[in-house]
Amino acid sequence: MQRQVLAIAGVELELFEAGEGPPILFLHNGGGFSPDQPFVALLSARHRLIAPSHPGFGRSSLPDWLDSCDDVAYVHLALMDRLGLRQADIIGCSIGGWIAAELATKAPERVRKLVLVAPEGVKVGPPDRLDIPDIYAMPADELERISYHDPVQMQVDPSRLSDEELAIRVRNRETTALLVWEPYMHNPKLRRRLHRVTAPTLFLRGESDGLVPADYIAAYAGLLPNARVETMHAAGHSPHLEQPEAFGRTVLQFLEAAR
Amino acid sequence: MKAWHFSENAYPYLPPADEYPSIRVSLPNRHYDPEKGAALYDRFLDEWLIAEDEGMEIMLNEHHQTATCVDPAAPLVLAALARLSKKARLLILGNPIANRRQPVRVAEEMAMVDVLSRGRLEAGFVRGVPYEVLPANSNPVRMNEREWEALDLIIKAWTTHDGPFSHEGRFFHYRAVNIWPRCYQQPHPPIWISTTSPGGAAHVGARGFVQATFLTGFDGTRAIYDAYRRGWREAGRGQDVPAHRLAYAAMVYTAPNEADARAGAEKLLWYITSNKVPPHFANPPGYVPVQANVAMLRGAEHPLSAFRKSASVEGAIEAGIMFAGTPDQVYRQMKRLYDHVGGFGHLLIMGQAGFLEHDDTVLGIRTFARELYPRLKEEFPDTALTGLSLRGA
Repeated sequence: MQRQVLAIAGVELELFEAGEGPPILFLHNGGGFSPDQPFVALLSARHRLIAPSHPGFGRSSLPDWLDSCDDVAYVHLALMDRLGLRQADIIGCSIGGWIAAELATKAPERVRKLVLVAPEGVKVGPPDRLDIPDIYAMPADELERISYHDPVQMQVDPSRLSDEELAIRVRNRETTALLVWEPYMHNPKLRRRLHRVTAPTLFLRGESDGLVPADYIAAYAGLLPNARVETMHAAGHSPHLEQPEAFGRTVLQFLEAAR
Repeated sequence: MKAWHFSENAYPYLPPADEYPSIRVSLPNRHYDPEKGAALYDRFLDEWLIAEDEGMEIMLNEHHQTATCVDPAAPLVLAALARLSKKARLLILGNPIANRRQPVRVAEEMAMVDVLSRGRLEAGFVRGVPYEVLPANSNPVRMNEREWEALDLIIKAWTTHDGPFSHEGRFFHYRAVNIWPRCYQQPHPPIWISTTSPGGAAHVGARGFVQATFLTGFDGTRAIYDAYRRGWREAGRGQDVPAHRLAYAAMVYTAPNEADARAGAEKLLWYITSNKVPPHFANPPGYVPVQANVAMLRGAEHPLSAFRKSASVEGAIEAGIMFAGTPDQVYRQMKRLYDHVGGFGHLLIMGQAGFLEHDDTVLGIRTFARELYPRLKEEFPDTALTGLSLRGA
């Protein structure tokens, strides 16, 4: 992939790009984007895949005024302006899905089709129960267990990472906390804005996702006028990483189908 | 040298530690018996007043959702002490202002205590330990920035006397700040800040506030004090840094004979050994800098957590986080740290913990106050300068 850094809305934004064809804006999850993630080749085979690192993730700077997914959505809208993308398909994973949903409420006409992979961002349950389990109040191994269908397979050995790679992982985790801490994993206003999102929308959820429950995704999809839900087998919270081929196939089918 | 009796108001009557994952944040309060708790509050207040009678000053602090310190609203206890005590300075260390959503309310509470005590308040401010962010639902990222904005706003609230002012900052917003009462001390009570990092200490030094540090041992404390002195000098406050700008908190137990001292010291170790906290509470994302977390992923361990695993009186004394023994032994242990770090003007005495009962606690207070404190005051006068012995080192 080609890597560049663009000055966008006061952010030094790291941007990866590969492939040609109809543009896909890919918005990564809290773990960050890496060009060697296995779904990249599948999506960029017939599309122009554009993957920014959100502010405060990867090698993108974090301006001191930025502290919400709502803020990040404006940065990515400015990125679309800069790249001359009148319209694009948008895929967002986890908090990237939340950011994509925010973006789509602000400028529905800029989104051709929308894929939200286990997104957070709304509050649909009662006040005395967290919709998303508190990832900051559980041991790391418990978080891994509920995040993946096969946690052992997805384990990363820190000793195999360089200091810079480790620092990026730590910083990604830090910026995620900044964005999702309070209100926890949601923007109370978002659910009242989602009616504006007219693009055909596909919600994807891994069947073993212990973070984002099935009824949460069903309720979330019900807030958009034109959305449906698909469940991915043998996958947890990150189907794009655990089942990259099935993920690529499902997404491309949806994006390339006649409207 | 000023000595401060500090009690965390611990509640030690807990089930065995292997029956709960954390003493902080998540330990159910069904383990708290209000009758026992009421007796403990009475006792701890009495001990502060005994320390005052013995000529010592008074210090308290605040933590939340924990049996280690059942003082989740330190200004309330401070208000009680303001009326119960007569002459001691009253140090709250401190107000966790990165976690308090209303800094102006904190300014009001402190001004009120200052008036109630007729000007005996020493107003301390802390960022708050990492386990405090969940109880406060406080974002662990950008805590330092919140702390400093809150502190400046509090100082302005204390020192503005001509009607309302507005504050539209990054974290806090007020349209009409005009606190009643104003402070008793002018322009405001002395300000203390606790820090365990040299970066923070340089900033505290630049502002000239009193710098306190807790259980940071020989080299950790020296690095913090060095940074403070550097910050002080670089801000143009002069070459001389008064010792009364620096404070050190250690577990201290003084008794007339070694056997009693040893027994008391063993019980004081509860401070360290009881603090069972899993990593996800102890290190929320953003609390420490990225590079510190990278070092931890590479296997580095916080000195205090490493110490907890094999806590011993000898080890604690060796590390400079405990002074325990006869008055002469405590003097020598403290002097060793004093010389190593360049000197300090306040000894914050963690003098009660866990199952150290009332009589033992009082024995520690009285032996220290009568047999050692006069010597400390004489040898380390409040007019001393700090860092002199380190020059050219």
